[in-house]
Amino acid sequence: MYRYDEFDDTLVRERAKQFRGQVERRLKGELKEEHFKPLRLQNGVYLQLHAYMLRVAIPYGQLSARQMRVLAEIADTYDKGYGHFTTRQNIQYNWIRLADMPDVLDKLADVEMHAIQTSGNCIRNVTSDHLAGANLDEIEDPRPWCEIIRQWSTFHPEFSSLPRKFKIAVTAGETDRAAVRVHDIGLHMKRNAEGRIGFEFIVGGGLGRTPYIGLTVREWIAKEDLLDYLEANMRVYNRHGRRDNKYKARIKILVNELGLEEYKREVEEEFAAQNSWEKVVLPQAEVDRISAYFAAPAFAKLSAASEAFEAFKAASREQARWAKNNLRPHRVPGYISVHVALKPQGVAPGDATSDQMRALADIGERYALDDIRVAHEQDIVFPHVKLDDVPAIYAALKAADLHASNAGMGSDIIACPGLDYCNLANARSISVANEIQAVFADPEFEDEVGTLHVNVSGCINACGHHHVGHIGVLGVDKKGEEFYQVLFGGRADEKATIATIQGPGLRHEEVAPAIRRVVDRYLALRRDRSEKFIDTMGRVGQAPFKEALYAAA
Amino acid sequence: MPLLKDGKVVDDVWAFVEDGHELSPGGCIVVTLGRFLSEHDQLLARNRSIGVRLANADDPKLLAPFLDQIHLIELQFPKYVDGRAFSQAQLLRRRHGYKGEIRATGQVLHDQLRLMIRSGFDAVVFDDPNAEAIYASAAGEFTEFYQAAADTTDSVFVKRQRAREKAAE
Ligand code: HEM
Ligand code: SF4
Repeated sequence: MYRYDEFDDTLVRERAKQFRGQVERRLKGELKEEHFKPLRLQNGVYLQLHAYMLRVAIPYGQLSARQMRVLAEIADTYDKGYGHFTTRQNIQYNWIRLADMPDVLDKLADVEMHAIQTSGNCIRNVTSDHLAGANLDEIEDPRPWCEIIRQWSTFHPEFSSLPRKFKIAVTAGETDRAAVRVHDIGLHMKRNAEGRIGFEFIVGGGLGRTPYIGLTVREWIAKEDLLDYLEANMRVYNRHGRRDNKYKARIKILVNELGLEEYKREVEEEFAAQNSWEKVVLPQAEVDRISAYFAAPAFAKLSAASEAFEAFKAASREQARWAKNNLRPHRVPGYISVHVALKPQGVAPGDATSDQMRALADIGERYALDDIRVAHEQDIVFPHVKLDDVPAIYAALKAADLHASNAGMGSDIIACPGLDYCNLANARSISVANEIQAVFADPEFEDEVGTLHVNVSGCINACGHHHVGHIGVLGVDKKGEEFYQVLFGGRADEKATIATIQGPGLRHEEVAPAIRRVVDRYLALRRDRSEKFIDTMGRVGQAPFKEALYAAA
Repeated sequence: MPLLKDGKVVDDVWAFVEDGHELSPGGCIVVTLGRFLSEHDQLLARNRSIGVRLANADDPKLLAPFLDQIHLIELQFPKYVDGRAFSQAQLLRRRHGYKGEIRATGQVLHDQLRLMIRSGFDAVVFDDPNAEAIYASAAGEFTEFYQAAADTTDSVFVKRQRAREKAAE
């Protein structure tokens, strides 16, 4: 993974020092909350219902064991012993005192971490495929480009006061596990006709109140032009993005109001106008330096089959199920990627205790080449694991109560914090997610249903990605009472689709039974077990599912 | 309100003349972009220093033919979170090579100063009794930058390359 040099280190330390000064000015009353807000926001500090929240950047979701242990230590020392892994591959702490934040940032800086640009109207933490470097279908590792974008965007003087926040995701797999089509800018690494690797450049995706699937502005842009082309896009957005209404300020609205052709014309004009001295200087030697940190680790030569692994699966149904649901193929024989679903029944999705973090760190160090990833499904992934070590890993996960075997299944729900933590919420998300999880409490039933993505948001801001769930659930407020609208047919992968709202909202207690009926309808309608929920819905349409949804009413 | 030029408090000798109002015969005056574009012949013939105030939506490119005759360009921060003037300043300095004063007005706050300096502002109207000291500390808060900008082209990418080349010698 990437390691800081003296420049990176200096920047992060100077930032921590600067923020310490800002917090001091705030605590002394020299800085009004109104003026402190944009500063704390660009440092990932939100004011929530009960306390300040700190969001720490985990660039493109990758952590070492040492970093994970510091995250655990912060949870213990400054929070209530846990943290929350987010859909943007970051971690949030919900109970840190403002006065402690500078110390937390220093601790983070000691392990090459920070909270820079994790909130505010700037370019946010770059996200990527959690299986980068391990998966079968990627044409190249996208992480060097994530790191290059991280550096280029950090404290960018021109793009620190954008109309709205700005999210960039990069993927390099045929299967898009980074949801690049629902980001402000999505970069999908592809070959051009000559076989060179560059980026499909996608702009204007996003969820929130007006969801859009991003549009392709360039089918292919060369690596050496990437940062300049990004600058051209950012400048057009900074100058022309709407600032009169924060709900219309995202780049998706600009692209939509101008139309793709006009947007593209403006970007191309700006790009063509760049003088040689305005171009970002990114020497090939620098790209090579950064790429070297992501070189494939020294994998052992192993046979594709592992007796230990076969015996593990044969030993119990519980283990067989976990192996079936939580492992992903690896490009090197004898290796596999492990999904740790942070979604046991009855817990806020994405939460992990400090003990669990330490257990994850230990596993990462002993068995997983010190490479730990946070997936946007709010899960933890060990991308590089030997099949032979799976039994030991499973035992260690089980000891830490991290052995939920539901990765990618109905109970592996993405949910935002909702009314329990968030001051924008209309409704609770966690409890409704927990009730839906209970629908899938029987593992046999859950396996029978198979792949199913259920996403829950507590309000229209869509932090829980309800627009891209196969089943989406959205909390709405009706005269002070919590209601939930249900959406069907969304997906975040390379076939990205915005889900469709089905109709009037349901009461809290009606949601889980309604979803059960929808799932039963799928089981009745599917061709056979190989046809997934989303594919059956694609084949027969949403009407029969809608009928099932409201069948009790 | 104090005006800082290169970090020092200076007297403001400029007067803004609203559209439609008569120009005073002497002195340094600032006019809107619209007025400048329609009256530039007369304005430049006055042989006095001339400044232009750009609205946030104005395109700095329109001034390109006149930049060596303009002494001041005023850019605005209607709210500190509105960063359009950063792009305007970068365009003026880096694309069009403007060398005169670029002045920030409006809601100019301590923590925006560094971004302003980086983007090419050399003057700010900054309301604080300790304006000079604050400016100096904001200007020096960071020593490394990942991007080239109007203030320096020595980005971290460039410095690393230089170090590599030196090591190879
Ligand atoms: C609890 C405090 C939180 C608040 C006040 C909050 C607020 C918001 C708001 C206002 C938006 C909409 C922004 C827009 O459309 O421009 C948003 C979007 C988003 N939030 Fe949160 N959020 C919170 C927590 C979280 C958490 C915990 C996560 C991750 C699990 C998260 C993930 C996201 C994502 C991914 C989006 C992007 C949707 C898009 O692309 O438009 N948020 N949030
Ligand atoms: S979706 Fe709404 S309720 Fe949920 S975290 Fe985001 S802003 Fe809060």
